[in-house]
Amino acid sequence: MAIASNESAMRSSNVTRMFIYLVLLLFALFYLLPFGIMLVNSLKPLSEITEGNMIALPREWTIEPWLSAWSTAQIGVEPTGLRPYFINSIAMAVPAVAISTVLGALNGYVLTKWHFRGATWIFGLLLFSCFIPFQIVLIPMARILGILDIAGTTYGLILVHVVYGIGFSTLYFRNYYAAFPTELVRAAQIDGAGFFQIFWRIMLPSSGPIIAVCCIWQFTNIWNDFLFGASFASGGAAPMTVALNNLVNSSTGVREYNVHFAGAIMAAGPTLLVYIVAGRYFVRGLMAGSVKG
Amino acid sequence: MAAPDPMLAGGADFRTRLQTWLPKIVLAPSFAIMVIFVYGFIAFTVYLSFTGSRMLPSFDLVGWQNYDRLFRIREWDIAVSNLFVFASLYIVISTIIGLMLAIFLDQKIRGEGILRPIFLYPMALSFIVTGTAWKWFLDPGIGIEHSMHLWGFENFQFDWIKDRDMAVYTIVIAAVWQSSGFVMAMFLAGLRGIDNEILKAAQMDGASNFQMYRRIILPQLRPAFLSAFVILSHLAIKSYDLVIALTGGGPGNATAMPATFMYSYTFTRDQMGIGAASAVIMLMTIAAIMVPYLYAELREKK
Repeated sequence: MAIASNESAMRSSNVTRMFIYLVLLLFALFYLLPFGIMLVNSLKPLSEITEGNMIALPREWTIEPWLSAWSTAQIGVEPTGLRPYFINSIAMAVPAVAISTVLGALNGYVLTKWHFRGATWIFGLLLFSCFIPFQIVLIPMARILGILDIAGTTYGLILVHVVYGIGFSTLYFRNYYAAFPTELVRAAQIDGAGFFQIFWRIMLPSSGPIIAVCCIWQFTNIWNDFLFGASFASGGAAPMTVALNNLVNSSTGVREYNVHFAGAIMAAGPTLLVYIVAGRYFVRGLMAGSVKG
Repeated sequence: MAAPDPMLAGGADFRTRLQTWLPKIVLAPSFAIMVIFVYGFIAFTVYLSFTGSRMLPSFDLVGWQNYDRLFRIREWDIAVSNLFVFASLYIVISTIIGLMLAIFLDQKIRGEGILRPIFLYPMALSFIVTGTAWKWFLDPGIGIEHSMHLWGFENFQFDWIKDRDMAVYTIVIAAVWQSSGFVMAMFLAGLRGIDNEILKAAQMDGASNFQMYRRIILPQLRPAFLSAFVILSHLAIKSYDLVIALTGGGPGNATAMPATFMYSYTFTRDQMGIGAASAVIMLMTIAAIMVPYLYAELREKK
């Protein structure tokens, strides 16, 4: 009885358990196959892809497609490979993630620990802004970027991603700080600590987990964005997703599938890496944005 | 314990006043950004939808003319019905798969730690990457169909992506592949939050597993169902990247969606007024789903 109480209350027969394992394995295969097959085929010469079976391992292994995708493939009109666009995406995502996270942390701190009238309204408006379809802001944004003279640049994209990233980062920090004991803040205030001192000495030291969550979430979203990149930064300033789409969907010449796959894996690389290294935080972050408790 | 700030005459007054204003000053930039870039821009687009803007914004009001024309464009009809088909299948299938995987994973499965990340990793990918992979996978000349032929199944046919009537379902397949693991994670968190004592009590009373799921567990997952629905419908209405990468809206305009319609009318066909009107319709649709949900969430939190 004592042992049973630690177990789940469910009982199931062996046949049922076999069936459950079978289904889970089939789905694991379903999720792994597209990416796995893409990886395998990125290491084949083109002739093996067009003539052979896609599931077969390469008869002749080659890293040529990877080299080509990285530095010589035709992107748009220039044979530059994906490298400059990869750098664009880094130059765009790193500052945008940093700025939106800092603003989100400050906003969350103000909204939870320094109550004032209308705070809930402001938060509600910020929250709704997370969920708007971005089509509704495309036209005026294009105008403003033009007026500020940063249309078609990485700076423009940083601005756009910071602006539309604040909602989510504020949401994360607000929910996290809401559970932080307000008495500590009040006690520090009585001791004469100021607004920034409290933030710096009391809030930030315990914010590690939520900073990780927020950075991972923002990085994934910003790195994977396509709509803003395609709208505001075509040409030399395009981010990785846009360049990949240009590579794959350019209609000129032979379709070099193996090069396309190598490029797709490069575009997926940074977010996959973040996910593998900090996956547990990532899951928790996704949950925090949706389900409570 | 920190020593109280030295109170300099005259300075003290300024400092205390600064302290009471600081929180608002810190929040101000974000507030201003939100007011301008979100709500100001929405107002601007709504205004444009009532003007005769073509290639560039113009400010001559034309009343409801854009909406009138929008609803008579065949491509918009196709886009809306595609979205309806896509969104309902995507939401229903992702929810069923996600719930099933979560329930199965919750049965004290060996290797859960390996399976979970496998189910979830597609969520970390860009829709452009997903589209690239599936586009090739589904291409009859080189993907699954081709491989089945090489294996000797000569009659195997799977060319939905080239078929006007079926192409929209290929978008469902790829989208479900990308998000069903995420739905699984939400349901799994919900399942883990259910009190095991209740289940044991029910079991003592002789309830079968099926009865326990139907009567006790599923009703308790209501918040997870709701969140999954809200997030999936939000993703569905915004779907732009995946359609572009997988089908480009084709064959013809068979897989056009409101998001691709808006983009092409605004930026390539120089019909900005109509593009703006379509964006407004998209916003209204999302607001109809999100506002009640957010309102309920915020009220609960207070």
